[in-house]
Amino acid sequence: MNGFKMIWDNIGLFGEGLQNTLVLFCVSGVLAFILACFLTFLLEGAENIPRKLIRWGLDLMRMLPFLIFLYLLYYGLPNVGLRLDVWSAGFFALITYHGAYFAEILRAARTSLPAGQAEAAYAHGFINSSMYWRILLPQMVMRSGPLFGNQLVCLLKDTAFLSIITLMDLTAAASAVQAKYFVPLPPFIFVIALYWSVTLVVETLLRRLSRRAQKRGLVHE
Amino acid sequence: MEDSDWFTLLHAAWTTVWISGISIILGVALGLVVAMLRAAKIPVVSQFLAVYVSLIRATPMVTLVLFLFVIAPSMGWEVDPRVVAIAAMTLNTTAFNAEIWRGALTSFSREQLEAAKAAGMTTGLTLRRIMLPQMMTTSLPGLVNEMSLLVKSSPAIAMIGIVDLTRVTNRIAAVTYDPLPPILAAGLLYILIIGGLVRFQRIADSRAKRLAM
Repeated sequence: MNGFKMIWDNIGLFGEGLQNTLVLFCVSGVLAFILACFLTFLLEGAENIPRKLIRWGLDLMRMLPFLIFLYLLYYGLPNVGLRLDVWSAGFFALITYHGAYFAEILRAARTSLPAGQAEAAYAHGFINSSMYWRILLPQMVMRSGPLFGNQLVCLLKDTAFLSIITLMDLTAAASAVQAKYFVPLPPFIFVIALYWSVTLVVETLLRRLSRRAQKRGLVHE
Repeated sequence: MEDSDWFTLLHAAWTTVWISGISIILGVALGLVVAMLRAAKIPVVSQFLAVYVSLIRATPMVTLVLFLFVIAPSMGWEVDPRVVAIAAMTLNTTAFNAEIWRGALTSFSREQLEAAKAAGMTTGLTLRRIMLPQMMTTSLPGLVNEMSLLVKSSPAIAMIGIVDLTRVTNRIAAVTYDPLPPILAAGLLYILIIGGLVRFQRIADSRAKRLAM
Protein backbone atom coordinates (compact mmCIF):
# COMPACT_ATOMS: atom_id res chain seq x y z
CA MET A 1 0.00 0.00 0.00
CA ASN A 2 1.14 3.45 -0.85
CA GLY A 3 2.59 5.30 2.13
CA PHE A 4 1.08 8.66 1.21
CA LYS A 5 -2.33 7.13 0.80
CA MET A 6 -2.00 5.43 4.15
CA ILE A 7 -1.27 8.76 5.81
CA TRP A 8 -3.98 10.56 3.87
CA ASP A 9 -6.61 7.96 4.76
CA ASN A 10 -5.83 8.38 8.43
CA ILE A 11 -5.22 12.11 8.40
CA GLY A 12 -7.99 12.60 10.96
CA LEU A 13 -6.21 10.34 13.43
CA PHE A 14 -2.90 12.12 12.92
CA GLY A 15 -4.69 15.47 13.21
CA GLU A 16 -6.20 14.48 16.52
CA GLY A 17 -2.82 13.23 17.75
CA LEU A 18 -1.04 16.40 16.69
CA GLN A 19 -3.71 18.58 18.26
CA ASN A 20 -3.52 16.69 21.57
CA THR A 21 0.27 16.83 21.61
CA LEU A 22 0.24 20.56 20.83
CA VAL A 23 -2.40 21.32 23.47
CA LEU A 24 -0.41 19.39 26.07
CA PHE A 25 2.80 21.07 24.99
CA CYS A 26 1.53 24.67 24.90
CA VAL A 27 -0.63 24.62 28.02
CA SER A 28 1.98 22.76 30.08
CA GLY A 29 4.79 24.92 28.77
CA VAL A 30 3.08 28.16 29.82
CA LEU A 31 1.85 26.87 33.17
CA ALA A 32 5.20 25.23 34.01
CA PHE A 33 6.88 28.55 33.34
CA ILE A 34 4.45 30.42 35.62
CA LEU A 35 4.88 27.77 38.32
CA ALA A 36 8.66 28.13 38.03
CA CYS A 37 8.43 31.92 38.45
CA PHE A 38 6.47 31.44 41.68
CA LEU A 39 8.82 28.74 42.93
CA THR A 40 11.91 30.89 42.43
CA PHE A 41 10.05 33.76 44.10
CA LEU A 42 9.56 31.54 47.14
CA LEU A 43 13.28 30.75 47.08
CA GLU A 44 14.22 34.44 47.02
CA GLY A 45 15.71 35.56 50.34
CA ALA A 46 17.79 34.18 53.18
CA GLU A 47 18.12 30.44 53.61
CA ASN A 48 15.57 28.92 56.01
CA ILE A 49 13.93 25.57 56.53
CA PRO A 50 10.92 25.94 54.16
CA ARG A 51 13.22 27.16 51.38
CA LYS A 52 15.59 24.31 52.01
CA LEU A 53 12.66 21.90 51.69
CA ILE A 54 11.55 23.45 48.38
CA ARG A 55 15.07 23.20 47.00
CA TRP A 56 15.30 19.63 48.18
CA GLY A 57 11.98 18.77 46.54
CA LEU A 58 13.07 20.37 43.27
CA ASP A 59 16.32 18.39 43.29
CA LEU A 60 14.48 15.14 43.95
CA MET A 61 12.04 15.84 41.13
CA ARG A 62 14.92 16.36 38.74
CA MET A 63 16.39 12.98 39.62
CA LEU A 64 13.17 11.12 38.82
CA PRO A 65 12.39 9.85 35.31
CA PHE A 66 9.24 11.48 33.94
CA LEU A 67 7.46 8.17 33.34
CA ILE A 68 7.87 6.98 36.92
CA PHE A 69 6.46 10.30 38.14
CA LEU A 70 3.53 9.83 35.79
CA TYR A 71 3.02 6.28 37.08
CA LEU A 72 3.02 7.63 40.60
CA LEU A 73 0.23 10.06 39.76
CA TYR A 74 -1.81 7.80 37.53
CA TYR A 75 -1.41 4.36 39.11
CA GLY A 76 -0.18 5.19 42.60
CA LEU A 77 -2.52 7.94 43.76
CA PRO A 78 -5.82 6.02 43.41
CA ASN A 79 -4.56 3.90 46.31
CA VAL A 80 -4.68 6.89 48.60
CA GLY A 81 -8.11 7.83 47.26
CA LEU A 82 -7.14 10.32 44.57
CA ARG A 83 -8.16 9.18 41.10
CA LEU A 84 -6.96 11.35 38.21
CA ASP A 85 -8.07 10.83 34.63
CA VAL A 86 -5.48 10.58 31.86
CA TRP A 87 -5.62 14.25 30.93
CA SER A 88 -5.37 15.70 34.40
CA ALA A 89 -2.62 13.25 35.35
CA GLY A 90 -0.79 14.21 32.15
CA PHE A 91 -1.14 17.94 32.67
CA PHE A 92 -0.26 17.75 36.34
CA ALA A 93 2.81 15.60 35.66
CA LEU A 94 4.10 17.76 32.80
CA ILE A 95 3.54 21.03 34.65
CA THR A 96 5.10 20.07 37.98
CA TYR A 97 7.95 18.03 36.49
CA HIS A 98 9.03 20.64 33.97
CA GLY A 99 8.18 23.43 36.40
CA ALA A 100 11.00 22.05 38.56
CA TYR A 101 13.41 22.16 35.62
CA PHE A 102 12.37 25.69 34.63
CA ALA A 103 12.79 26.74 38.27
CA GLU A 104 16.31 25.35 38.27
CA ILE A 105 17.13 27.31 35.11
CA LEU A 106 15.79 30.52 36.68
CA ARG A 107 17.65 29.83 39.93
CA ALA A 108 20.92 29.47 38.03
CA ALA A 109 20.22 32.78 36.28
CA ARG A 110 19.45 34.38 39.66
CA THR A 111 22.86 33.46 41.04
CA SER A 112 24.52 35.08 38.04
CA LEU A 113 22.89 38.45 38.73
CA PRO A 114 25.08 40.96 40.59
CA ALA A 115 24.24 41.14 44.31
CA GLY A 116 24.49 44.94 44.29
CA GLN A 117 21.29 45.19 42.24
CA ALA A 118 19.06 43.77 44.92
CA GLU A 119 20.77 45.96 47.51
CA ALA A 120 20.27 49.04 45.35
CA ALA A 121 16.59 48.15 44.91
CA TYR A 122 16.20 47.78 48.67
CA ALA A 123 17.89 51.15 49.17
CA HIS A 124 15.29 52.66 46.82
CA GLY A 125 12.54 51.31 49.00
CA PHE A 126 11.53 48.28 46.95
CA ILE A 127 9.96 45.51 48.94
CA ASN A 128 10.93 41.92 48.30
CA SER A 129 7.99 41.01 46.06
CA SER A 130 7.96 43.98 43.71
CA MET A 131 11.73 43.80 43.43
CA TYR A 132 11.52 40.18 42.36
CA TRP A 133 8.73 40.60 39.81
CA ARG A 134 9.90 43.91 38.34
CA ILE A 135 13.67 43.84 38.51
CA LEU A 136 15.05 40.36 39.00
CA LEU A 137 12.64 38.09 37.14
CA PRO A 138 12.70 39.91 33.77
CA GLN A 139 16.49 39.74 33.73
CA MET A 140 16.54 36.11 34.79
CA VAL A 141 14.13 35.21 32.00
CA MET A 142 16.06 37.19 29.40
CA ARG A 143 19.33 35.56 30.36
CA SER A 144 18.10 31.99 30.08
CA GLY A 145 16.54 32.02 26.62
CA PRO A 146 18.48 29.15 25.00
CA LEU A 147 18.10 26.96 28.10
CA PHE A 148 14.35 27.49 28.00
CA GLY A 149 14.42 26.37 24.38
CA ASN A 150 16.19 23.12 25.29
CA GLN A 151 13.80 22.47 28.13
CA LEU A 152 10.78 23.11 25.91
CA VAL A 153 12.06 20.52 23.46
CA CYS A 154 12.37 18.07 26.38
CA LEU A 155 8.81 18.92 27.38
CA LEU A 156 7.59 18.21 23.86
CA LYS A 157 9.37 14.86 23.89
CA ASP A 158 8.00 13.94 27.30
CA THR A 159 4.43 14.35 26.02
CA ALA A 160 5.06 11.12 24.07
CA PHE A 161 5.19 9.20 27.38
CA LEU A 162 1.50 9.98 27.80
CA SER A 163 0.75 7.55 24.98
CA ILE A 164 1.75 4.82 27.46
CA ILE A 165 -1.14 5.75 29.75
CA THR A 166 -3.39 5.59 26.65
CA LEU A 167 -3.65 9.27 25.82
CA MET A 168 -4.24 9.72 22.07
CA ASP A 169 -1.17 11.78 21.23
CA LEU A 170 0.98 11.87 18.10
CA THR A 171 2.97 8.75 19.02
CA ALA A 172 -0.22 6.86 19.86
CA ALA A 173 -1.63 7.88 16.47
CA ALA A 174 1.42 6.45 14.70
CA SER A 175 1.23 3.19 16.55
CA ALA A 176 -2.55 2.94 15.95
CA VAL A 177 -2.08 3.36 12.18
CA GLN A 178 0.82 0.91 12.28
CA ALA A 179 -1.35 -1.66 14.06
CA LYS A 180 -4.02 -1.23 11.38
CA TYR A 181 -1.86 -2.05 8.34
CA PHE A 182 1.28 -3.60 9.87
CA VAL A 183 3.36 -1.23 7.77
CA PRO A 184 5.40 0.80 10.23
CA LEU A 185 7.58 3.03 8.09
CA PRO A 186 5.21 5.75 6.73
CA PRO A 187 3.26 6.57 9.93
CA PHE A 188 6.38 6.76 12.06
CA ILE A 189 8.37 8.79 9.55
CA PHE A 190 5.43 11.18 9.25
CA VAL A 191 5.08 11.58 13.01
CA ILE A 192 8.82 12.04 13.58
CA ALA A 193 8.79 14.71 10.86
CA LEU A 194 5.94 16.45 12.69
CA TYR A 195 7.85 16.39 16.01
CA TRP A 196 10.84 17.73 14.18
CA SER A 197 8.92 20.61 12.62
CA VAL A 198 7.38 21.59 15.96
CA THR A 199 10.89 21.66 17.46
CA LEU A 200 12.19 23.78 14.60
CA VAL A 201 9.27 26.22 14.97
CA VAL A 202 9.89 26.53 18.72
CA GLU A 203 13.59 27.14 18.18
CA THR A 204 13.01 29.71 15.43
CA LEU A 205 10.46 31.59 17.54
CA LEU A 206 12.80 31.71 20.52
CA ARG A 207 15.69 32.89 18.37
CA ARG A 208 13.50 35.66 16.94
CA LEU A 209 12.38 36.68 20.41
CA SER A 210 15.93 36.88 21.68
CA ARG A 211 17.04 38.89 18.64
CA ARG A 212 14.18 41.29 19.22
CA ALA A 213 15.08 41.56 22.89
CA GLN A 214 18.66 42.36 21.92
CA LYS A 215 17.58 45.02 19.46
CA ARG A 216 15.45 46.74 22.07
CA GLY A 217 18.35 46.66 24.51
CA LEU A 218 16.69 44.31 26.95
CA VAL A 219 19.73 42.03 26.94
CA HIS A 220 23.31 42.83 26.13
CA GLU A 221 25.77 40.02 25.81
CA MET B 1 5.86 -5.44 49.71
CA GLU B 2 7.79 -8.56 50.61
CA ASP B 3 11.49 -9.34 50.47
CA SER B 4 11.10 -11.19 47.19
CA ASP B 5 9.56 -8.03 45.67
CA TRP B 6 12.65 -6.08 46.60
CA PHE B 7 14.72 -8.73 44.91
CA THR B 8 12.58 -8.40 41.76
CA LEU B 9 12.99 -4.62 41.90
CA LEU B 10 16.76 -4.82 42.24
CA HIS B 11 16.91 -7.28 39.38
CA ALA B 12 14.92 -4.84 37.21
CA ALA B 13 17.17 -2.00 38.32
CA TRP B 14 20.12 -4.02 37.10
CA THR B 15 18.39 -4.40 33.70
CA THR B 16 17.98 -0.63 33.48
CA VAL B 17 21.61 -0.13 34.50
CA TRP B 18 23.22 -2.56 32.08
CA ILE B 19 21.11 -1.56 29.08
CA SER B 20 21.83 2.11 29.77
CA GLY B 21 25.48 1.29 30.44
CA ILE B 22 26.04 -0.41 27.10
CA SER B 23 24.25 2.42 25.29
CA ILE B 24 26.38 4.98 27.12
CA ILE B 25 29.65 3.26 26.22
CA LEU B 26 28.64 2.88 22.56
CA GLY B 27 27.15 6.39 22.47
CA VAL B 28 30.22 8.14 23.87
CA ALA B 29 32.52 6.42 21.35
CA LEU B 30 30.19 6.83 18.36
CA GLY B 31 29.50 10.44 19.36
CA LEU B 32 33.22 11.16 19.07
CA VAL B 33 33.29 9.52 15.64
CA VAL B 34 30.29 11.59 14.48
CA ALA B 35 31.84 14.77 15.84
CA MET B 36 35.14 14.11 14.05
CA LEU B 37 33.40 13.23 10.79
CA ARG B 38 31.45 16.47 11.00
CA ALA B 39 34.61 18.42 11.77
CA ALA B 40 36.30 16.84 8.74
CA LYS B 41 33.60 18.51 6.56
CA ILE B 42 33.27 15.68 4.04
CA PRO B 43 30.58 16.98 1.62
CA VAL B 44 27.57 14.63 1.79
CA VAL B 45 28.47 12.89 5.06
CA SER B 46 28.65 16.12 6.99
CA GLN B 47 25.15 17.30 5.96
CA PHE B 48 23.73 13.87 6.57
CA LEU B 49 25.12 13.81 10.11
CA ALA B 50 23.83 17.33 10.78
CA VAL B 51 20.32 16.20 9.81
CA TYR B 52 20.69 13.06 11.92
CA VAL B 53 21.64 15.06 15.01
CA SER B 54 18.84 17.57 14.53
CA LEU B 55 16.24 14.87 13.83
CA ILE B 56 17.15 12.69 16.80
CA ARG B 57 17.20 15.72 19.11
CA ALA B 58 13.53 16.24 18.25
CA THR B 59 12.38 12.60 18.37
CA PRO B 60 10.92 11.37 21.66
CA MET B 61 12.58 8.24 23.02
CA VAL B 62 9.22 6.44 23.20
CA THR B 63 8.60 7.09 19.50
CA LEU B 64 12.10 5.98 18.56
CA VAL B 65 11.93 2.76 20.59
CA LEU B 66 8.51 1.91 19.21
CA PHE B 67 9.61 2.73 15.67
CA LEU B 68 12.67 0.47 15.77
CA PHE B 69 10.67 -2.26 17.45
CA VAL B 70 8.02 -2.40 14.72
CA ILE B 71 10.39 -1.74 11.84
CA ALA B 72 12.85 -4.54 12.68
CA PRO B 73 10.57 -7.54 11.91
CA SER B 74 9.19 -5.90 8.76
CA MET B 75 12.77 -5.57 7.51
CA GLY B 76 13.25 -9.26 8.18
CA TRP B 77 15.29 -8.97 11.38
CA GLU B 78 13.93 -11.02 14.24
CA VAL B 79 15.78 -9.36 17.05
CA ASP B 80 15.61 -9.46 20.80
CA PRO B 81 13.76 -6.45 22.28
CA ARG B 82 16.84 -5.75 24.36
CA VAL B 83 18.86 -5.26 21.20
CA VAL B 84 16.19 -2.85 19.94
CA ALA B 85 16.34 -0.98 23.24
CA ILE B 86 20.12 -0.66 23.11
CA ALA B 87 19.95 0.44 19.45
CA ALA B 88 17.35 3.13 20.19
CA MET B 89 19.15 4.46 23.23
CA THR B 90 22.50 4.44 21.44
CA LEU B 91 21.05 6.28 18.43
CA ASN B 92 19.61 8.85 20.80
CA THR B 93 22.61 9.45 23.04
CA THR B 94 25.11 9.41 20.15
CA ALA B 95 23.46 12.52 18.70
CA PHE B 96 23.67 14.44 21.97
CA ASN B 97 27.21 13.24 22.72
CA ALA B 98 28.31 14.24 19.23
CA GLU B 99 27.29 17.83 19.98
CA ILE B 100 29.24 17.78 23.26
CA TRP B 101 32.36 16.39 21.57
CA ARG B 102 31.98 18.86 18.71
CA GLY B 103 31.93 21.73 21.18
CA ALA B 104 35.20 20.51 22.70
CA LEU B 105 36.68 19.95 19.25
CA THR B 106 35.86 23.37 17.82
CA SER B 107 36.93 25.25 20.94
CA PHE B 108 40.27 23.49 21.21
CA SER B 109 43.13 25.97 21.61
CA ARG B 110 44.78 26.82 18.30
CA GLU B 111 48.12 27.62 19.94
CA GLN B 112 48.53 24.04 21.11
CA LEU B 113 47.77 22.68 17.65
CA GLU B 114 50.33 25.01 16.10
CA ALA B 115 52.88 24.06 18.72
CA ALA B 116 52.28 20.38 18.02
CA LYS B 117 52.74 20.99 14.31
CA ALA B 118 55.93 22.95 14.94
CA ALA B 119 57.23 20.04 17.01
CA GLY B 120 56.67 17.79 14.00
CA MET B 121 53.72 15.79 15.32
CA THR B 122 51.44 14.12 12.81
CA THR B 123 47.67 14.69 12.92
CA GLY B 124 47.05 11.26 14.43
CA LEU B 125 49.65 11.74 17.11
CA THR B 126 48.37 15.24 17.95
CA LEU B 127 44.88 13.86 18.27
CA ARG B 128 45.92 11.00 20.51
CA ARG B 129 48.48 12.67 22.72
CA ILE B 130 47.38 16.31 22.83
CA MET B 131 43.71 16.73 21.95
CA LEU B 132 41.91 13.65 23.28
CA PRO B 133 43.27 13.71 26.85
CA GLN B 134 42.20 17.33 27.27
CA MET B 135 38.92 16.94 25.41
CA MET B 136 38.00 14.05 27.68
CA THR B 137 38.40 16.23 30.75
CA THR B 138 36.55 19.21 29.32
CA SER B 139 33.68 17.15 27.87
CA LEU B 140 33.23 14.83 30.82
CA PRO B 141 30.74 17.05 32.72
CA GLY B 142 28.55 17.36 29.62
CA LEU B 143 28.82 13.67 28.86
CA VAL B 144 27.85 12.68 32.40
CA ASN B 145 24.92 15.09 32.26
CA GLU B 146 23.79 13.38 29.08
CA MET B 147 24.16 9.99 30.82
CA SER B 148 21.72 11.03 33.52
CA LEU B 149 19.31 12.33 30.87
CA LEU B 150 19.55 8.97 29.11
CA VAL B 151 18.77 7.04 32.28
CA LYS B 152 15.81 9.37 32.82
CA SER B 153 14.42 8.55 29.38
CA SER B 154 15.22 4.83 29.66
CA PRO B 155 11.70 3.93 30.94
CA ALA B 156 10.66 4.21 27.29
CA ILE B 157 12.06 0.70 26.77
CA ALA B 158 9.34 -0.64 29.06
CA MET B 159 7.03 -0.06 26.07
CA ILE B 160 8.46 -3.04 24.17
CA GLY B 161 8.17 -5.56 26.97
CA ILE B 162 11.53 -5.22 28.68
CA VAL B 163 11.08 -5.59 32.42
CA ASP B 164 13.07 -2.56 33.48
CA LEU B 165 12.78 -0.63 36.72
CA THR B 166 9.59 1.07 35.48
CA ARG B 167 7.74 -1.90 34.09
CA VAL B 168 8.50 -4.10 37.06
CA THR B 169 6.21 -1.92 39.18
CA ASN B 170 3.25 -3.18 37.10
CA ARG B 171 4.36 -6.76 37.65
CA ILE B 172 4.55 -6.41 41.41
CA ALA B 173 1.29 -4.46 41.53
CA ALA B 174 -0.44 -7.21 39.53
CA VAL B 175 0.25 -9.56 42.42
CA THR B 176 -0.19 -7.27 45.42
CA TYR B 177 -2.95 -5.02 44.01
CA ASP B 178 -1.10 -2.11 45.57
CA PRO B 179 0.89 -0.15 42.99
CA LEU B 180 2.00 2.68 45.28
CA PRO B 181 4.82 0.93 47.25
CA PRO B 182 6.62 -0.56 44.21
CA ILE B 183 6.39 2.74 42.33
CA LEU B 184 7.83 4.63 45.29
CA ALA B 185 10.56 2.02 45.71
CA ALA B 186 11.42 2.18 42.00
CA GLY B 187 11.50 5.98 42.25
CA LEU B 188 13.92 5.69 45.15
CA LEU B 189 16.20 3.37 43.16
CA TYR B 190 16.12 5.78 40.20
CA ILE B 191 17.03 8.63 42.51
CA LEU B 192 19.99 6.62 43.81
CA ILE B 193 21.23 5.82 40.27
CA ILE B 194 20.72 9.32 38.88
CA GLY B 195 21.88 10.97 42.11
CA GLY B 196 25.12 9.02 41.78
CA LEU B 197 25.58 10.35 38.24
CA VAL B 198 24.83 13.92 39.37
CA ARG B 199 27.49 13.63 42.08
CA PHE B 200 29.95 12.23 39.52
CA GLN B 201 29.12 15.20 37.28
CA ARG B 202 30.03 17.64 40.06
CA ILE B 203 33.40 15.95 40.54
CA ALA B 204 34.01 15.99 36.77
CA ASP B 205 33.01 19.65 36.71
CA SER B 206 35.56 20.67 39.32
CA ARG B 207 38.26 18.71 37.49
CA ALA B 208 37.40 20.40 34.21
CA LYS B 209 37.54 23.82 35.89
CA ARG B 210 40.98 23.04 37.27
CA LEU B 211 42.18 22.23 33.76
CA ALA B 212 40.74 25.47 32.41
CA MET B 213 42.75 27.50 34.90
